Amino acid sequence: MHWSTIIYCGIITYLTRFSMIFILKEDILNDKAKKILSYVPSAIFPAIIFPPIFLDNVGSLDLESNPKILAAILAILVGYISRSIIITIFVGLISYWFLIFVYY
Amino acid sequence: MNNRLKILTKGIIDVSPLMIPVVPFGIIYGVIGIELGLSAYMTFGMSIIIFGGASQIVLLQLFSGGATSLVAITSVGAVNSRHLLYGAVFSEYLSHLKLTWKIILSYVLIDQAFAVSNTYFKKNKENEFKHYHLLGAGFTCWTIWQISTVLGIVLGSVIPEELGLSFTISLTFLALLINDFRKFKNIIVMLVSGIVATIGYNIIPFQAYIIVAALAALMTATLLTLINSKKK
Repeated sequence: MHWSTIIYCGIITYLTRFSMIFILKEDILNDKAKKILSYVPSAIFPAIIFPPIFLDNVGSLDLESNPKILAAILAILVGYISRSIIITIFVGLISYWFLIFVYY
Repeated sequence: MNNRLKILTKGIIDVSPLMIPVVPFGIIYGVIGIELGLSAYMTFGMSIIIFGGASQIVLLQLFSGGATSLVAITSVGAVNSRHLLYGAVFSEYLSHLKLTWKIILSYVLIDQAFAVSNTYFKKNKENEFKHYHLLGAGFTCWTIWQISTVLGIVLGSVIPEELGLSFTISLTFLALLINDFRKFKNIIVMLVSGIVATIGYNIIPFQAYIIVAALAALMTATLLTLINSKKK
């Protein structure tokens, strides 16, 4: 990784925050545009979540005896019920550790 | 107490509960940065220069997968495009301020600060010092994020790799979506994104799978939004 990459990332991130405040005098995004922007986390985060869970080190699909899938399902269930970010992460991690160190 | 200080303090107090999940998130980021072989300076430098947890972790992941800088920068931009929404919503509250204020406040306009200051601004439209709320909330987030990054950097050099902490990347992002698990349309968008990324991981060159998956999922979201608005 180069510092230049980090700096460009910093600039583009800053611009996503600054541009609208700088350009707009009042909120002109319509409800539809806002609704679509509100889907951004749902549209991007799974692209980060899925591949490391379902693919093995060489990039082929690994659906059998995959502790990450089980741990992720447990985390989703607990997250759904508890709505707590910390509890979700901890349950996922602890069940993953249980599976790799004890069960398998 | 002076009015500005009072509003600043209110911002700090309002955002504090939201800082609880930020601490483990920052620690995870620091640990993974070190485990992936980044220097402590670079890991910390990213927290100062980018100051956006999700995008920093994406950058780490793409870096470890050997992505080109162009793909890395575009992906970071995509992850952070949600800030456009925050800026647009806040423009009417901040338009009367001097440029210096806009420059400073933009740096700390992150999810948590937006959430609490948006609630405050709605209720205190007429208050001329209301922007101090965002200043307090934003720099509280900033301080906590930097401290937890440093904690993670320190821990990263002592935590053994066998613990498989890279799995926490998936878990952290999964946890950030828990409030959307109850919404049917969000789940469809999530599945499109995840499946396209998993299939595309090997097919799409330059590690651009995040961008391609995000675009496919956002198109799905757009379709769902348009279909829904037609019904009304």
